[in-house]
Amino acid sequence: MIVVGGGPAGIAAASAAADSGQSVLLIDRRPRLGGNVWHATVGERPPPEASTALQQLDRPNVQVACETEVLDLPRPATLLVGFRGTARELRYGALVLATGARERFLPFPGWTLPNVTGVGALQLLAKAGLPVRGRSIVIAGSGPLLFAAAAYLREAGGDVRLIAEQCSRMRLWRFAAGLARDGRRLRQAWDLRRQVSRIPFRTGCWPVRAEGTEKLERVVLRKDGREWTEKCELLACGFHLTPNTELAELLGCRLADGLVAVDEYQRTSVPHVYCAGEPVGIGGLQLAQVEGTIAGLACAGRLDQARGLIRERGRLAGFRIALARTFDLAPQLREVATQDTIVCRCEDVSAGRLASFDSGREARLQTRCGMGRCQGRICGPAAEFLWGWNPRGVRPPVVPATVGQLALASGLQGAG
Amino acid sequence: MTADLVSVSIDGAPVRVPRGTSVAAAILASGTTRFRDSVSGKPRGPLCGMGLCFECIVTVNAQPRVRSCLIECADDMEVHTHDSAR
Repeated sequence: MIVVGGGPAGIAAASAAADSGQSVLLIDRRPRLGGNVWHATVGERPPPEASTALQQLDRPNVQVACETEVLDLPRPATLLVGFRGTARELRYGALVLATGARERFLPFPGWTLPNVTGVGALQLLAKAGLPVRGRSIVIAGSGPLLFAAAAYLREAGGDVRLIAEQCSRMRLWRFAAGLARDGRRLRQAWDLRRQVSRIPFRTGCWPVRAEGTEKLERVVLRKDGREWTEKCELLACGFHLTPNTELAELLGCRLADGLVAVDEYQRTSVPHVYCAGEPVGIGGLQLAQVEGTIAGLACAGRLDQARGLIRERGRLAGFRIALARTFDLAPQLREVATQDTIVCRCEDVSAGRLASFDSGREARLQTRCGMGRCQGRICGPAAEFLWGWNPRGVRPPVVPATVGQLALASGLQGAG
Repeated sequence: MTADLVSVSIDGAPVRVPRGTSVAAAILASGTTRFRDSVSGKPRGPLCGMGLCFECIVTVNAQPRVRSCLIECADDMEVHTHDSAR
């Protein structure tokens, strides 16, 4: 059994399957396991939850391969994976996709300046060793990640000047009220609130322009028709999350509303392929862990045990629904990009140029938007929001690969 | 915890960072923000922090276009930013 993705869902799936005697290989493109949520801070131990989960993988029937990512599906039940410039084939009896989510980026003038990053991105960079002490930071966009990142960066000594959430105060209150029913989440939210309490917070607010010569120097924000400028060194801007469904799509799994469709055992429409966590629906850590566990148990044939977790999953799915309902994007965000604003960063294609096409496919053929290195991961969700383009249509390789890697077909046997 | 540092060079300059620091973080910590040049020659740096945007690509130990946010610094690593070879 191979698990793709070493975040909470993948770790849960691997340990549940291994616990039931299954032989498991867990792969992840990062140098260490943990995914985005459990990324440790340099020089510190991983969060205790993460350590506990990782300990479950310390078994003879679990292999872990880091710096390893899927490039292609060369034949049935086979992955071609890349590792440091080389590649090898891995055969699987069962596959669990736990590929997580990435941030959704919306283009605005100046967003391509160095020191403009995503929200989770800045937190990850800080965890990976970027010093933020004393540096002025503006956090903008949408979603609970804004608060989590603000709290972390503040704790790390960053001077967080402002948190700008695009959704309305009313919607946020409703979201918070919904959380109140869950004791654990309420406590988490309360702790978070305390950590960010003195940071100015604006709703219905978003960046309209980032300015600077070689890098970011200031950002112009808008709220209720009024614009003002904040000087800052770092702008962390991201509009909630979008699921990483590329591998599922390449495998031929059925999607519904951009999410991987699964049954009660996390099985996709493709035999022996399971999916757990964010690609099934952006629902947070706890849901991802339960889904991962169900998938792992089901893979190992422990359907009774898997069924026992269905109620818990149902309970946690409420958060997923609340997230989807709350952080819808304001239509005015479509007016932020100007004619000259770069939408496709890989090929430097502007909004004005792209808007002239009737479809994403046409635009891609004429401008290469979506054919660059990011393969549409960054521009795709933006184009979908701006012009309603359907982002589907994945082709291998899943990530850029060298000819040398693709030519390798050594037929190495992977774990069952 | 006593500092466990590694020594790398970034564009020829020696830099010492805690073990586990990503190459991207080390580049930013050294004061460099221009990781690569875009198709039209504009400076670019990390965006997504998780290996999907390819804005943080640099040359590491003569290997071009490596996503620096996915690599940890190791002793004697040689990093070059905005390499003209795309």
